Amino acid sequence: MIVSPENSSEHVVIIQDLNKSFDTTHVLKGLSLSLKKGENLVVLGKSGTGKSVLIKCIVRLLNADSGSINVLGNEITELRNMDLNEVRRKIGFLFQGGALYDSMTVRENLEFPLKRMFKDLSKKEVDKKVKEALENVGLPDSIDKMPSELSGGMKKRISLARTIIVDPQIMLYDEPTTGLDPVSSHEISLLINEVQEKYKTSSIIITHDIECAKTVANRIIMLQDGKVYKEGKLEDFENSDDELVNSYFKSQNITNTKTI
Amino acid sequence: MKKTILITDGNEDLALQAKQIPELKVKKRNKLELLFLDIGNATAFVLKVFKNIIGKDFEFKQFLKQCFEIGNKSLALISVTGIIIGLVLTIQSRPVLVNFGAVSMLPGMVAISIIREMGPVITALICAGKIGSSMGAEIGSMRVTEQIDAMEVSSTNPLKFLIVPRVLAATFMLPLLTLYADALGILGSWIGANIKGDVSFVLFIAQAFSGVEFADLFPAVIKTFFFGAVIGFVGCYKGFNAGRGTESVGKAANSAVVMASLLVIIVDLIAVQITDLL
Repeated sequence: MIVSPENSSEHVVIIQDLNKSFDTTHVLKGLSLSLKKGENLVVLGKSGTGKSVLIKCIVRLLNADSGSINVLGNEITELRNMDLNEVRRKIGFLFQGGALYDSMTVRENLEFPLKRMFKDLSKKEVDKKVKEALENVGLPDSIDKMPSELSGGMKKRISLARTIIVDPQIMLYDEPTTGLDPVSSHEISLLINEVQEKYKTSSIIITHDIECAKTVANRIIMLQDGKVYKEGKLEDFENSDDELVNSYFKSQNITNTKTI
Repeated sequence: MKKTILITDGNEDLALQAKQIPELKVKKRNKLELLFLDIGNATAFVLKVFKNIIGKDFEFKQFLKQCFEIGNKSLALISVTGIIIGLVLTIQSRPVLVNFGAVSMLPGMVAISIIREMGPVITALICAGKIGSSMGAEIGSMRVTEQIDAMEVSSTNPLKFLIVPRVLAATFMLPLLTLYADALGILGSWIGANIKGDVSFVLFIAQAFSGVEFADLFPAVIKTFFFGAVIGFVGCYKGFNAGRGTESVGKAANSAVVMASLLVIIVDLIAVQITDLL
C-alpha cells in the first residue's frame, strides 16, 4: 500500500545514507540529500561521481544497496512493483539521449506514457494533450515525424514533452544539455524553468554544464567521491575559495571569456 | 588488511587498473564460470518471460505486429531458399536413383526429406539469421539508448511489451513459414525433375505425397514451434542483456545468430531422438 506523504509540505524527495556499488566500485558512499517542493536542484560533479546513478536509484531503475529513498512519502526501496508504478506516474525522467522510441512517430511517443498511465482517457483527450505538450516545447509541427528526422535539440524537446505530458510532480533531468550547441543548450535550460513555472514541478537536474546550472538552479549540490561535497546557492559556489569548486566555475568563466 | 576480490569478467583493462590498487585482489572468472553464469541468467530470463506470458495485460497489437514483421518480411528469403533446396535435392538425387532404376521414387523421397528435415531446419536456420539478429540488434539498441529504461519509468513492463510478443510471434510463425518452405521445396523439386525428365505437376504431387504419412508431418511441425521459441528467446535475451556501449549491439546481434543456430541444431537432434523412440 502507498504511504501517505509525510513531508510533502516541504520535501518531495529525501535521500539518506544511500550506497550503491557495481562489483567492487563503490559509486555512492552514504549520500544524503533532499529536494524541496517547487525547487530546481542542480547536482554537479565529474563523470563517474554517481550523478546518473543517483537519479536512477530514485525511480528504481537501479536498486540501492542500502539507505533510504523517500519520494512523496513513499519508501522507494521497499515498494512492490504495482505501488512503484504508482509513484513513477508522478515522476518525469528526461534521459540523456532523449530515449525516444525509434520505431514510433512523435505522436506515438507522446501517446505511449499517456495511454498506459491514464487508461480511461478518450482519444480526443489524448490528442488534445499531445498537441498541448508539443506546443509547450515549441514543436507543434513535428507531430508526425519519426525520431530519426529530428535534430539533437528537437529530440530533447520532444523527450521533454513526453515527460511533462503526464503532469509529473517531480522531474529528473539526466544531463539535459549534453551534446547540444550553446544556443540549443540555453533554450533547453529556459524550457526547464518554464516547466517548473507552468507545471509547478520540483526538479533534480544532473549536469556538468555550468551555464545550464546558472540558468536553472535554485540550489546546487556538488558530488565528489560518491558523497555531497558542497551544497548551497549559486552565489556560494561562485564566491567560493574551494579549489574543486573553482575548477568548475572559474574554468567555465575562462572558456566563456575565450569564446567572446 | 582484508582484501576485496574484484571479478573482472575478462575485462583486461579493468584487471590492469585494479592491479594497481593494493587492497584489491583481482580474480578473473574463467570461461566455464562465465558459461554457467550465462546459462543461469538465461534460465532466469526464460522463467520471467513465461511468468509474463501467463499474466494479464497481453499486448495483442504488438503480437500481431511482430507476426507480420517475422512472417511477411521473411517470405522472400524463405521462398528463394525453399525452391533452391527442392531443386538441388532433386538434381543431386536423380542420377543415383536412375542408376538403380528407381527414378519414380524421386518425388516421394525428396518430399519426405523436405518435410521431415530439410524444410524445418533450413527455415529455422534462415530465421535464426534474419529474425534472431534483428531482435538482438533492435532490443540491444533500445537498451543502449535507454529506451527500455524509458518504458519502465512509464509504468510499462518491457518484458510484456517487447519480449513476450516477439517470443510468441516467432514460436507461432515458424511452423507457418516451414510449411510454406516445404510447399515451395516440393515445387522446386518438380522444376528439378523437369529439367532432365518430363513429369506433370499432378503426377509429381501424387507420387510425392503417396509416401508421406501423418507421422512424418506431425513431429516435423511440432519441432518447429520449439525452433521458433528458441530463436525468439535467444534473440530477445541477447538484446535485452546487451551492454551499455554501441559495440554491444553488434555483439548482441552476432551472438544471437550463433547461439540460436546452434540451439536449433541441438533441439533438432533431441527431436529426432524423441521421434525415433515413438
